[in-house]
Amino acid sequence: MEILMCIVAGLLFAAAVYLMLSKSLLRIIVGTGLLSHGTHLMLLTMGGLKTGAAPVLGENTASYTDPIPQALILTAIVISFGVTAVFLVIAYRAYQELGTDNMDQLKGTEADD
Amino acid sequence: MSLLHWAILAPFIMAACVPFVRKKATAIHTGWFVLILPLVLFVSFLQYLPVTMKNDSIMQTADWIPSLGINFTAYVDGLSLLFVLLITGIGALVVLYSIYYLSKTKESLQHFYVYLLMFMGAMLGVVLSDNVITLYMFWELTSISSFLLIAYWFDRDRSRYGALKSMLITVFGGLMMLGGFLVLSIMGNTFSIRELAAQAPELNNHPLFLLAMILILFGAFTKSAQFPFYIWLPDAMEAPTPVSAYLHSATMVKAGIYLVARFSPIFAFSGYWFWIVGTVGLFTMVWASFNAVKQTDLKGILAFSTVSQLGLIMSLLGAGSAALHFDSLDDNLYTAAVIAAVFHLINHATFKGSLFMVTGIIDHETGTRDIRRLGGLMSLMPITFTLSVIGAFSMAGLPPFNGFLSKEMFLLSMVQLAELDLFNLETWGLLFPVLAWIGSVFTFIYSMIIVFRVFGGKFQPEKLEKKPHEAPFGMLISPIVLASLVILFGLFPNLLSYSLIQPAAASIVPSIIPNGGQLDVHISFWHGFTTEFMMTIGVVIIGIILYKFLPKWIGMYDYFPGKVTLNNLYNASLYTAERGSHSLTKSYMTGFIRSYLVYIFAFFITILGFTIWVKGAFRFDSSNTASIGFYEVGLVIVLLIATATILIAKSRLTSIISLGAVGYSVSLFFIIFRAPDLALTQLVIETVSTALFLLCFYHLPKLSRHEEKRRFQIGNAVIAAGVGLIVALIGISAHSTKLFPSINEYYIKNTYTKAGGENMVNVILVDFRGFDTLFEIAVLSVAALGIYGLIKLRLEKGGEQNENE
Repeated sequence: MEILMCIVAGLLFAAAVYLMLSKSLLRIIVGTGLLSHGTHLMLLTMGGLKTGAAPVLGENTASYTDPIPQALILTAIVISFGVTAVFLVIAYRAYQELGTDNMDQLKGTEADD
Repeated sequence: MSLLHWAILAPFIMAACVPFVRKKATAIHTGWFVLILPLVLFVSFLQYLPVTMKNDSIMQTADWIPSLGINFTAYVDGLSLLFVLLITGIGALVVLYSIYYLSKTKESLQHFYVYLLMFMGAMLGVVLSDNVITLYMFWELTSISSFLLIAYWFDRDRSRYGALKSMLITVFGGLMMLGGFLVLSIMGNTFSIRELAAQAPELNNHPLFLLAMILILFGAFTKSAQFPFYIWLPDAMEAPTPVSAYLHSATMVKAGIYLVARFSPIFAFSGYWFWIVGTVGLFTMVWASFNAVKQTDLKGILAFSTVSQLGLIMSLLGAGSAALHFDSLDDNLYTAAVIAAVFHLINHATFKGSLFMVTGIIDHETGTRDIRRLGGLMSLMPITFTLSVIGAFSMAGLPPFNGFLSKEMFLLSMVQLAELDLFNLETWGLLFPVLAWIGSVFTFIYSMIIVFRVFGGKFQPEKLEKKPHEAPFGMLISPIVLASLVILFGLFPNLLSYSLIQPAAASIVPSIIPNGGQLDVHISFWHGFTTEFMMTIGVVIIGIILYKFLPKWIGMYDYFPGKVTLNNLYNASLYTAERGSHSLTKSYMTGFIRSYLVYIFAFFITILGFTIWVKGAFRFDSSNTASIGFYEVGLVIVLLIATATILIAKSRLTSIISLGAVGYSVSLFFIIFRAPDLALTQLVIETVSTALFLLCFYHLPKLSRHEEKRRFQIGNAVIAAGVGLIVALIGISAHSTKLFPSINEYYIKNTYTKAGGENMVNVILVDFRGFDTLFEIAVLSVAALGIYGLIKLRLEKGGEQNENE
């Protein structure tokens, strides 16, 4: 299962990178979203999968799954939400002001420097 | 910190005070305040004379960075004292001269004197440091102050060009020299020159010996304007004349000579040293004197003449290294070369200093330095004329001036080299006296040009901007002092023999002097009809003939290819370097975010892939894995389909919903993998962010692919696949390599006892790692403020203006 999850995370990364390299701002944002999903799955996998009960005491079990990756991921989910939100608003405002979401046009021209 | 250290630092302290003096005391020329310092230093350093005359030395150490063995060690011996007296003595005269040369009202004197004092302190530091790192620091400081002084009239193009050129060349040499110092200190395991010299025999056999020597010689040759690095010195003549007299003839350019002399005890035994220092010096002497003749700017002639004379001293130091190969002091002919080098160093400072000051006077009083416009000034400026005759005749090597004596000693040393049976000199030895003689002939010619083109010939008042008249007396004091010294040392050379020359020469070749012994320095004015005297007569006769017929053969210089010069090489390489770096930067700093991401990802792939491959880091261990269930496979398929949909989606709505699908599948994974908190959070967040995406949906444009070309897509796909592969490989390897058990046992045990909670993940977040969570909240608040600001921000028309406010 862990091997499979590593491959899935790798695929998510590949898709995310492909999207981030494209010219459309929205695809770049979607790419960062995918990247954080890939990272979360990878982190969880590193702690070992299905090694015990959920990390809540009183589950009446011999072992629990590793709580540390879960704590890390919880933080990461919230932060990546913040990042996505800021990113989206920047894209929205940039489009409002400049009328394009094409990265080539957003770069500006030599004369603007 | 001893008094000696304070003496080195005094000019810097004084420099810091100059601006205040300039501001408060506007009625008096700032130079008068500055003048006190070099005078005091000169007199106070005279007290060391009795010490150095006995070939003793004084050393004072102050800790600077003791942990690295870098100390501020001041060391006074014959050689450094000679330089100190030159620096402070000529310094005092130059400051005095500058008081009359630079107008109190028109020039920005505070800058001039701050730079000049900075230079004085740096130069004292160079010649008094025993630690190579300290020496290097002061060395570069002289380059910087020279840069500032050349660019003193910074509104002139030529000044800025000259300043940059001198800076680039001398700092290049300085960095080479630093490399040499480091190599040397690694070889000898010390930064102290004295200690390095003590282990000279061992260092001589070290494999890095030659490298250290050549690197250090780079420093010396660039600073002392030796071929092919001399090109900065003629351009440095854009500096005010007092600066040219001080830095670019008497002191700074002699720092290279000092360096060669100072390191002679370490390197001079080597045959390479003899050949490199000797031939570079001699060739520079001939080449520069040859080129001096064609100059039309008076300062240009003096610049080339300085290069030539420095070459002369350099070649003498090279020749002097032959002395180390003889044990007996009595019949050691070659110490005479070292003595001649020291003697000529003093003489050059006196006659060239006075000549520069005379040039400054001519420039000041006539408004030009072009010898084609000057002439017939003899009767108008009689004192200046006399001074220039003394200086130029001494430079030409005519009696009864000091230049005659040292020039004869130079010729003698070169003649003796022809008889030396070392370093294959049997075959090439004859070249030394021949080249030396040719150089002397050209020296004679340009010396005559300086005197007779300016003061003889026809007076051309219509070509001059001002009506020429004799300079004010104050301006004449300094050149008069120097010219008197020229005559005094010429008539009574033995005033210097054992007071300055012997101690300095002894510091250059200490190994052949027995304990308590001294070099035999006796300079006689008349020594019979010897070879060198015949050579001088030859120089004078041929020189006069060539000078008379100068118009006939000056055209010869036109036959030299005008384009293949070192100056053009410098300009072209500078231009190419600027253009090259500009286009290189432009080629990768494209301004496209994609390019930068490509660099980052390509680097990521390369460095990690290479490491995995080289270290054999890939592990595959499937023994310790969980089983794969039905739901998991189903979820994986859903997730991958959703991802693929995003990639090929044409409409924005599809891609947003697919992203949401990926997010929900991830939260289902969290449920399967026993992470209920994660699943809940993920569900909430995913819902909110999908809503947010859809909120922006109305405002964002149609999801166009922006006509991405096939090649563009393939390139992206390759990089994306690479990143995915590396991530998967690292994940699998990391999972298969468990180096130590997880630290989660601690949390599982202590969750209830220490924090009183049952949900481990929550307890970690709010209790064990409470601060992390606090800052996470802070990050979210910042993000919220940012979003609020962005939405509220309404740029004015012409948004750039608003941005710049």
